[in-house]
Amino acid sequence: MTTQAIAPARDNRVAPPSFLRRYGSQIGIIGVGLAMWAAFVAAAPMVFLDVDIYKAFAETTPLFGLIALALTFVVITGEIDLSFPSIMALGTAVFCLLVKADVPQWLALLGGFATGAACGWVNGALVSRLNIPSLVITIGTQFLYRGIELVLMNGTGVPLTPDKYPVLTAVFTSHPFGVPIETLWTVLLAFVLWVTLNRTRFGAHVFLVGDNPTSARLMGVNAVRVKTLAFMLVGVMAVFAGLMTSFVGYYFWPTTGDGFLLNSIASVFLGGTSVFGGTGSIIGTLVASYIIGAINAGIVSAGINAFYTQLCFGLVIVVSVVLQTIIERRVRRQSIGGR
Amino acid sequence: MADGEETGKVPVIELRGVSKTFGEVRSLSGVDFKVYPGEIVGLLGDNGAGKSTLVKTIMGYHRPDAGGQIFFKGKLIQDWSVARARELGIETVYQERALSEKQPIWRNMFMGREPRTKWGLLDVKRMRDESARLMSEHMGFTSAAVHPDNVVMTMSGGEKQGVAITRALYFDAELVVLDEPTMGLSLTETRKALDFVEGIKKAGKSAIFIDHNIFHVYPVVDRLYVLDRGKVAGVFNKSEISMDDLIARLYRVARSGSMEEEKAAS
Repeated sequence: MTTQAIAPARDNRVAPPSFLRRYGSQIGIIGVGLAMWAAFVAAAPMVFLDVDIYKAFAETTPLFGLIALALTFVVITGEIDLSFPSIMALGTAVFCLLVKADVPQWLALLGGFATGAACGWVNGALVSRLNIPSLVITIGTQFLYRGIELVLMNGTGVPLTPDKYPVLTAVFTSHPFGVPIETLWTVLLAFVLWVTLNRTRFGAHVFLVGDNPTSARLMGVNAVRVKTLAFMLVGVMAVFAGLMTSFVGYYFWPTTGDGFLLNSIASVFLGGTSVFGGTGSIIGTLVASYIIGAINAGIVSAGINAFYTQLCFGLVIVVSVVLQTIIERRVRRQSIGGR
Repeated sequence: MADGEETGKVPVIELRGVSKTFGEVRSLSGVDFKVYPGEIVGLLGDNGAGKSTLVKTIMGYHRPDAGGQIFFKGKLIQDWSVARARELGIETVYQERALSEKQPIWRNMFMGREPRTKWGLLDVKRMRDESARLMSEHMGFTSAAVHPDNVVMTMSGGEKQGVAITRALYFDAELVVLDEPTMGLSLTETRKALDFVEGIKKAGKSAIFIDHNIFHVYPVVDRLYVLDRGKVAGVFNKSEISMDDLIARLYRVARSGSMEEEKAAS
């Protein structure tokens, strides 16, 4: 409760929470992004005042950023999914195999997405029905899905050339109006997911389940369904990103997805979504994913030794998360140390 | 039985032979329980007597063991669940309050029954406006911490309870279940909660009132169930039993596990 006197109580009016209190973490992350950008511009104006570097970010960031957007839902429900890199590969593998079996490409695409949904359903069902900690079970399914994919593909890759897949190449990697389509997809899907999270019953229940699962259940929220759907969303989005990654490289590697895990997860947490569940933001994740995408290229082009990349990466994440936590505690007037 | 005089009416809710077992622990065994329209029913019993389990079974949070039946207005309901119970008009103020502390008040107020626009999207504006209206009209909140956009975490215990009670009131329930609504409340807040129970009766609705404190329960109820070790130890019309007599019986139950047979069966 607020203890200080809130202006002479004018006829029982109640004060809304301040703008800062409501949007603090989102403003924070945008601030970090701008500060980093300014630093990069100052360090390497030649590179950062040229449009090419932004095109590069716009093509590479969505590959892990898209999954981060969906993963935000799972993290808000208080869970985590570590299996999505394998789902990226498995879904794309199913697509390739279906095409090889002369299934029409659009149907093969649906097959890929269905695979992602099924993988997500398995994760979600194990977590929500059997109450297995998601951290543990998705490590298991990560190996499981990767294993299935490697067996299916026998460890070999598949070329995805533009002449064989003209439409899908245009869908996943092209430059309408000079903008990389990868980022157009990201912005579009971020909008759709923002609406889903903030303006639908499912989204409302995602917050409630993550905040206090018992309360949510007592009030009639179907926690099993909500968590399962959140995991399925990650599954489908992982396949989308897996296909995009493969079409960008014109080749499906059986190792697709390796190296995506930490980038996506870091984007979610850097974006201000709480590790404890119950709070989170799509906009935060979106901005954070571009920050993470920019660090790598930024360091190198700023002329700093590339060995500093990881150091900088780690610093940005650790400092941001610590600051977010401190700000949040102060806003709620809790002690910094206690919970 | 004590409710013999009401045979003409159909109970709002009726439990027949309801048992609930958790692993090897039997929390309820063969409970028969009825609430008639416009009636306030008190539920008394020691810790572990099964009060909260009974409430959560009525609300569909727990599924009764095979053989137990739940009737709503005389109709046997098969697929009982919290969502179903709330749809039919049963709202509960839980002992644990069932709030989401990190969420703003408006999200808590409409938890699980969020209104939607014709487009199928959440009607956030309505949720905010209604919450603001309810808070000033029903809760008399004037504190600066209580704005629809404030998170529940920042509120006092009484204010939180106010949200839980107002929420139960908002949906115009047929039956309101109050599980220890006065727990942890200040004197004036307790008064408010008790007034609220009286208000339910005036509105012609029914309520189940559970409390440790017999001095809170006795004055507002019409009928009393005493639970002991998962069984109904006695049912009393308030007109047939004085508070002192009731207290004496409660002690007896706690010690011996039975009320005097001849009187309980009156």
